Amino acid sequence: MEATSLSVQTVLFWLFAVLGIAGGVGLIFNRSPIYAALSLILNFFSIAGLYLSLNAEFIAAIQILVYAGAIMVLFLFVIMLLNLQDEHGVYSFDMRRGIAFILGLAFIGEMIYVFRSFADKEVNNDFTFGKVESIGEKMMTDFLFPFEMISVILIAALIGAIVVARKHNYSD
Amino acid sequence: MLTPTIYSYLAVSVIMFALGIIGVLTRRNGIVVFMCIELMLNAVNLSLVAFSNMHDNATGSMLVFFVMCVAAAEAVVGLSIVIALFRNKLEIDINNVNIFKW
Repeated sequence: MEATSLSVQTVLFWLFAVLGIAGGVGLIFNRSPIYAALSLILNFFSIAGLYLSLNAEFIAAIQILVYAGAIMVLFLFVIMLLNLQDEHGVYSFDMRRGIAFILGLAFIGEMIYVFRSFADKEVNNDFTFGKVESIGEKMMTDFLFPFEMISVILIAALIGAIVVARKHNYSD
Repeated sequence: MLTPTIYSYLAVSVIMFALGIIGVLTRRNGIVVFMCIELMLNAVNLSLVAFSNMHDNATGSMLVFFVMCVAAAEAVVGLSIVIALFRNKLEIDINNVNIFKW
């Protein structure tokens, strides 16, 4: 590829990277929880697009189904159920916010320094484990025990959620 | 220059993780704090897929799959805690929920 022409992968990466970061910024700067949740959905879709540009099709599909679909619907449902008010003071600046921003920026700087050795690693376009066949084969062979344990975790979360959120009636 | 390398994906992932950290530390609405935790989980997933792609190794992709399941379980339990909290205190401002604070 010549240095001047833009490949589809490059365009996809920059588009979804900018959209994803915009979604993250929208999440932390929106007063209203509903708008914050919608920004997070934008972020999840962008991450699915980044997975596609990394040739991980299965993970991208699961990202949209599980995160952008199921989990965010759950969040939006609870926000609307509770009828929350907008949060005041999101744009105000105090000591705690300043420290949080400094810590976040320090984290970015630190990690970008640590990861600099990956700067010349190209994206592998023959990635075998993005396909459903190879992922499914791994899941049923090497990762069979964790895969079964996930079902135990899910049923425990299900029962736990019912017990915690149920209306307690102490009279009987 | 513009062509993305693994480093570009890691940089995006780090920025999203830092946004999640800032959100958890500054926001007071309990549900928004949960959403910031989801953002951090997703950022780590992105870096795991990038590493999995780099090494052509299945472990990273499988770990992403398991992280998604655990995140779903975490969201369900967290939201049910939020509902129980709202039922008892009629608010979910985490500055006012300090019954465990010593």
